[in-house]
Amino acid sequence: MASRSLLTSEQAWVRYALTTFALLFLLVFLLVPLVSVFWEALSKGWELYAAALTEYEAWQAIKLTLIAAAISVPLNLVFGVAAAWAIARFEFRGKSLLTTLIDLPFSVSPVVAGLMYVLLFGSHGWLGNWLSAHDIQIIFAVPGIVLATVFVTFPFVARELIPLMQAQGQDEEQAAIVLGASGFAAFWHVTLPNIKWGLLYGVILTNARAMGEFGAVSVVSGHIRGETNTIPLHVEILYNEYNFVGAFACASILAMLALVTLAIKTVIEWRIERQHEASLVRTQQARAALV
Amino acid sequence: MSIEIRNIEKRFGNFTALDNVSLKVESGELLALLGPSGCGKTTLLRIIAGLEQPDAGQVLFSGADTTHTHVSERQVGFVFQHYALFRHMTVFDNVAFGLSVRPRKLRPSREEIRERVMKLLKMVQLDWLADAYPAQLSGGQRQRIALARSLAVEPSVLLLDEPFGALDAKVRKDLRRWLRDLHHQMHITSVFVTHDQEEALEVSDRVVVMDHGHIEQIGRPDDIYENPATPFVTRFLGDVNLFHGRVDGGHFTHGNFAHALDDGAQAASDSAVAYVRPHDLDISRLAGGALATGSIEHIHAVGPLVRIEVAPDSGDAIEVALSKDRYRELGLMLGDKVFVTPKKLSVFVGAQDYAI
Repeated sequence: MASRSLLTSEQAWVRYALTTFALLFLLVFLLVPLVSVFWEALSKGWELYAAALTEYEAWQAIKLTLIAAAISVPLNLVFGVAAAWAIARFEFRGKSLLTTLIDLPFSVSPVVAGLMYVLLFGSHGWLGNWLSAHDIQIIFAVPGIVLATVFVTFPFVARELIPLMQAQGQDEEQAAIVLGASGFAAFWHVTLPNIKWGLLYGVILTNARAMGEFGAVSVVSGHIRGETNTIPLHVEILYNEYNFVGAFACASILAMLALVTLAIKTVIEWRIERQHEASLVRTQQARAALV
Repeated sequence: MSIEIRNIEKRFGNFTALDNVSLKVESGELLALLGPSGCGKTTLLRIIAGLEQPDAGQVLFSGADTTHTHVSERQVGFVFQHYALFRHMTVFDNVAFGLSVRPRKLRPSREEIRERVMKLLKMVQLDWLADAYPAQLSGGQRQRIALARSLAVEPSVLLLDEPFGALDAKVRKDLRRWLRDLHHQMHITSVFVTHDQEEALEVSDRVVVMDHGHIEQIGRPDDIYENPATPFVTRFLGDVNLFHGRVDGGHFTHGNFAHALDDGAQAASDSAVAYVRPHDLDISRLAGGALATGSIEHIHAVGPLVRIEVAPDSGDAIEVALSKDRYRELGLMLGDKVFVTPKKLSVFVGAQDYAI
């Protein structure tokens, strides 16, 4: 810190006070609740914890959550990349409308999102008669849950990528195409590596929201135990029944999932950084050998 | 390979970028497209590359119509102003890219690619940087790598968009000399875009001066500099003094002074402008052959030329560039009353004052 100019920096006590405040805030609002989830889940011992997770209804909820995420994440990944590509690379009529529409799920309350699907596909909804005539059930069934999840996780990937791709411009892609690359090769070898961090971050956010969504899914689910309950819905039911160990055990799964994705992201970032450092060292050695 | 451009038109909304432009680039030539920003030079270059489609007109490579050939099949090398290196690839992979994305049947073997890339890196004198990432290079190094990358696919045409625009003055000078030498070795048909007249005049075989979407003049650098065809070219190529007056009987008249014109054929006109470069003016204490008179207002004597500002009775100050010897011989002092004599002047009849 000796080299830090006194003219451009705050005084020491200001810096320490701000740092302490930020750390305390993180501790109280993020770390303590997270720890308390695991604490509560394990309060009656490992056996009860394991039993709460392997019980039939909990297991069904976990499976349904995984199915909803497994469908909505790839779907929104493809859509997000396509939309970001279109918006960042081309000028077309209705571009601002598309940009606004992508944000719609962010600005609409999740409960309203769920209700929209009930109004559309429910038994008294616009398509209700046609659907029941063809024996298709969407509301209070798995398709409704998937639809609601796709809707609320719609913007994450696109929102993450649009500013990134706009800032990077298209010089590199054009350079690749001039060099003879096909459109797909340019995308695969140039665009994708450039956006991979934004993409990964968008996918992590999409996945977290897909697994954690409560409001929209709650409206379309119907809360049929062992059939249409996702983990968050199951947690609520158990909690309302004063089954705290069960509720917190299921909640700990969601928390664990967040921690695992963060860990994966950190490891990948660390490896890339090491790769760049190694190349820097090699370059410096080559320079030294030259002189 | 020669390039021919026939009646190209290009509009962006209401803005006309290129207005019926025709041009021929000879095989093996190094051609400069010179003009102020917004004159259409970059658009023309991108149309030649195939990165833009013209609204009308044709592009021919060696006489064959390539207007609708896809960029990736035109076999052009394109160097971008901001390098456009692939930031996640090493220098080696950047240069190898054009070869390694070829379909399997046309792709050289790994060893061949390695050999060719290293040869190119040696040529740009950066083989020791093969393992580095673009972010670790200086601007000049990046641009040399970008050039090596574009040459790796053995293009028949090399197109450069303001290749030295983002570099500092010293590096720019080195690199443009280097580009000229490289062109002498390889003789690949090359077109480069620049707004820097010095760069265009120094490097290229021929210069195309453009303004507002059309071509003002095409010619060899010395020809363009000595015989500019329009007032715009005259002003764009360097500092110039303007003398308003009229032409009749083979003379240009400015105020009380008259000057005989070489080509007496100039049509008589009441409104004519004579353009004279500072180094084409001499200072004299006698009125013979003069074009204006005034008092010396400023003397700037640093460098090989002495720059002198003469303030006439009315109008803008006249800038004169004299050699050191001539300056000493005349023994000029601030405030001296002197006459300004043109050694050479370009007169444009009916030309209005032309702002750049």
